Amino acid sequence: MEFLQPSTWAEALEAKAAHPDAVPIAGGTDVMVGINFGHLRPALLLDLTRVADLREWTTVAGAVRLGAGVSYARVITELGDRLPGLAMAARTIGSPQIRNRGTVGGNLATASPAGDAHPALLAADAVVEVASVRGSRRIPVTDFYTGVKRSAMDADELIAAVHVTPPSGPQQYSKIGTRNAMVIAVAAFGLALHPDRRTVGAALGSAAPTPRRAPAAEEFLAGELDAAGLWESRAELPAATARRFGELVAAASSPIDDVRGTAAYRRHALSVMARRALTWAWTDYRDESRGN
Amino acid sequence: MSTPTRTPTGAPAHLTGPGSGGVGDSAQRPDGVLKVRGEFAYGSDLWMEDMLWGVTLRSPHPYARVLAIDTSAATQLPGVHAVLTSEDVPGEKVYGLELADQPVLAVDVVRYQGEPVALVAADHPDTARRAAALIRVDYEVWEPVTDARTALGHPATDAVHESDAEVTELSRESAHLHPEGNLVRHLKVRTGDPQPTADVVVVGEYEVGMQDQAFLGPESGLAVPADDGGVELYVATQWLHVDQRQICSALGLPPEQVRLTLAGVGGAFGGREDLSMHVHACLLALRTGKPVKMSYNREESFFGHVHRHPATMRYEHGATRDGQLVYVKASIWFDGGAYASSTPAVVGNGGTMGIGPYVVPNVHVDCYGAYTNNPPCGAMRGFGSVQTAFAYESQMDALAAELGMDPVELRCRNAMEQGSATPTGQVIDSPAPVAELLRRLEAMPLPAEADGEVDLRDMPGGVSNTTHGEGVRRGVGYAVAYKNVAFSEGYDDYSTARVRLEVVGGEPTATVHTAAAEVGQGLVTVEQQITRTELGVEQVTVHPKDTTVGSAGSTSASRQTYVTGGAVKAACEAVRGQLLARAERLVGRSVPDLRLAGGQVVSDAEEIAVPLADLLGNEAVEETVQWRHRPTEAIDPETGQGFAHVQYAFSAHRAVVDVDTELGLVKVVEMACTQDVGKAINPQAVIGQIQGGTAQGLGLAVMEEILIRDGKVVNPSFTDYLIPTILDMPPMRVEVLEYADPHAPYGLRGVGEAPNISSGPAVLAAIRAATGLPLARVPVRPEHLTGTS
Repeated sequence: MEFLQPSTWAEALEAKAAHPDAVPIAGGTDVMVGINFGHLRPALLLDLTRVADLREWTTVAGAVRLGAGVSYARVITELGDRLPGLAMAARTIGSPQIRNRGTVGGNLATASPAGDAHPALLAADAVVEVASVRGSRRIPVTDFYTGVKRSAMDADELIAAVHVTPPSGPQQYSKIGTRNAMVIAVAAFGLALHPDRRTVGAALGSAAPTPRRAPAAEEFLAGELDAAGLWESRAELPAATARRFGELVAAASSPIDDVRGTAAYRRHALSVMARRALTWAWTDYRDESRGN
Repeated sequence: MSTPTRTPTGAPAHLTGPGSGGVGDSAQRPDGVLKVRGEFAYGSDLWMEDMLWGVTLRSPHPYARVLAIDTSAATQLPGVHAVLTSEDVPGEKVYGLELADQPVLAVDVVRYQGEPVALVAADHPDTARRAAALIRVDYEVWEPVTDARTALGHPATDAVHESDAEVTELSRESAHLHPEGNLVRHLKVRTGDPQPTADVVVVGEYEVGMQDQAFLGPESGLAVPADDGGVELYVATQWLHVDQRQICSALGLPPEQVRLTLAGVGGAFGGREDLSMHVHACLLALRTGKPVKMSYNREESFFGHVHRHPATMRYEHGATRDGQLVYVKASIWFDGGAYASSTPAVVGNGGTMGIGPYVVPNVHVDCYGAYTNNPPCGAMRGFGSVQTAFAYESQMDALAAELGMDPVELRCRNAMEQGSATPTGQVIDSPAPVAELLRRLEAMPLPAEADGEVDLRDMPGGVSNTTHGEGVRRGVGYAVAYKNVAFSEGYDDYSTARVRLEVVGGEPTATVHTAAAEVGQGLVTVEQQITRTELGVEQVTVHPKDTTVGSAGSTSASRQTYVTGGAVKAACEAVRGQLLARAERLVGRSVPDLRLAGGQVVSDAEEIAVPLADLLGNEAVEETVQWRHRPTEAIDPETGQGFAHVQYAFSAHRAVVDVDTELGLVKVVEMACTQDVGKAINPQAVIGQIQGGTAQGLGLAVMEEILIRDGKVVNPSFTDYLIPTILDMPPMRVEVLEYADPHAPYGLRGVGEAPNISSGPAVLAAIRAATGLPLARVPVRPEHLTGTS
């Protein structure tokens, strides 16, 4: 196995162009597991940990540009206020050691349907910035996941950053695992309320071939909030609305039975998580107006 | 009887001895600092100049005929030194702990997925793996037998009660995995009225999934060929001498040519009782003339050792209206998988102790162990008892509900005590504080209900943020259990200890040498403590564990502190006898109160104080003693009656759980445990055993299961075989009782297994209490709690 260790972004892109089969490695929390299990035997590893730029986050035009190499631990400690949904997702990941190593960029690169960051990124309308020697481009995260562990990236591209706009309203994230920590998601749900746009972001993980949004649920909720004037009044959310929202989120899934859980459980769990997450987010939204 | 001690967690200060490092003191482990600093050398750290790496090719099929094996391509790969198959096994081609039925390497037929078929030694582990992949094996794949009852040809559960003999007949007619049929053992217990009737009857069927020991240090060892044509094997194991016997048989070598030394063991829990890479590494080393290391990775480890027997159990309890047990009928099936391993002993425990620590006049138990094409199952902490405790304690709760009686009250009303007879007719001749254990639990304060600010770590689902209190209901459950300590049913169960006392650097120094495997439990500390107490010296060296001293028996069945502790004590007494005789010769008369203390021979009455350094000079005193606990006897094959077990350990648990009833997620809020340990030789280690055993029982109740589909393991990794994390295992309240067993050294009782048995059933009872669901299977999964299976 060959090992390339570029020290600049330009070198990294050149290396990837020269060796499109090279497997990029940052925190190694997916790649090393794959190698240890014998599922992955790359001819070439492209180590990105020496590329300092990848570990930076900045604010560009009001949005956070999160370098692909920023660890989950830093998302939690440095960006909890700006990117609350993503930070909540990061808190559910692995153990402290894994959160110190693992990166959002790596989560995107693997594009597993069970990746914990995805529902939060989808709900927040994140944009993935990818680059190659040919230049860089931006892929809305909604278009990023194309199949089980497949993404819209070309073979010569690397993930540079992900852009996430700080929210105008509350965000929530929930994940089911069969133990209380350090567990792969059986099902996950991300929610973002966008009062500025009067829209809703709702997305699910581990319950379909790819992470995906739940458009019917989003439209239903946005419509209900509009129709009842709730964005302005911030009045109590009808329980029936939250319940219906949960049902529509579950309906957006297409889960399977596997070793981690049944399809029926995943659907059920999504409906409960979505209903509860909406209830918490709405409470936050109401509290906001009271200056809490 | 001593005062019980209480502690929320950790070792109780007032139980700790005066800091002498002797018996009763929480002496520091000699390997503790190294382990905490990551500097302790485990089996997987073994290394020698010029060594080769051995790997195993395993069957991908659970049941198949091996038509042909072509090793030519593998042999030709550069770097490969040897490729071996069953034809290269010079001695007996099958081995086993209790029955020799397991091939060293597959002969004609493979009976489980992962069965070793061929071996490769190469100069690099990757080369060895690639060579193994080049071995071509042609299989004729057969339909696997994957259910114990099907394997035995049982027509139906109910019919078993009526016709035992027929069952055995049927087993011979069903699909045979082994020439003698699929029944490994059928144990019967018959006491009292064979046709009892009772006012109130509850019937239940229960199922326990396949748990794994999940030790962290994978199977590892290093075999070094010796000049005398023999082999030295350094290996992480539980019983050096039983390994030696089986290796000798397979290699066709005498014991003096097969020498074993214990390598650093990273946990065992029963999973290292059977051979894994032992013979394989020796075969490769002898063939290549080079040291050969074998070390399984995590996935291979799941195929490289036996698991806990899954069980299906049908119980019927009859009681009077005031809650007196009248009868228990039970049928218990253990799935032993492809080879016997410890199945006979598992059936022995499950059958003889399968109704729990209760007095029942009429008992009818049938306990079966069967061969199937599932992974071989064998020893795991508390075996036979862990499975049945889920059933009998669930039955006690069901009966309490039927009677409208408090479950603790019902248990206490029927609890065994000293003088009670067990279902096998054995009168318990040492303290059996079953009711007291439960009453003490009941008296402990309950944890506070959650209020105010939500801390996600206290919620079901933890930081995954699934509830802020919605759907959460609390439940409390109790369970009590008992377990035999040491080997039973007439087994000649002994240990050997060699103790040497000499002066080193002017200081009297003892060396204690046993072959008893230290697997993480702290026996090395106990050996030092006993030697310090018995010989009155501070410096005690633990000799490396090897086969140059006699057998210590297995590090299992909660037996080493009892049996090897007893042997060390006896060897120390022999050394002491010599020293005192020497001192009397020195002073020229008999001194009745002569004793050893503070590195001296002392008499308080005659004001004698002779330093051992002076008494010994350059000489050493050494004694080797073989020590046995009092004998047990075989049970009657038709009635199960007999003095089967030398000692019982008792423990009880109270579990408090919060269940998110909508999502089916469980947070165990608190575990409380009471256990009678007779005498805490090392109180801190006792607490450690109770906490660890509790965690392992909790794991089986809510998450730990090897999932099998058509004979194949679908979750052989720690990604999907989940064990409890610190957020799953709550703080504990522990009360340790010390009611001495007059038959045991220092009055001690084996500690390690009992808390593993009562923990899980208490958690299950608490989940039932929280949800109101009947729950007849463990581990409980979210699907079971939400109707989404």
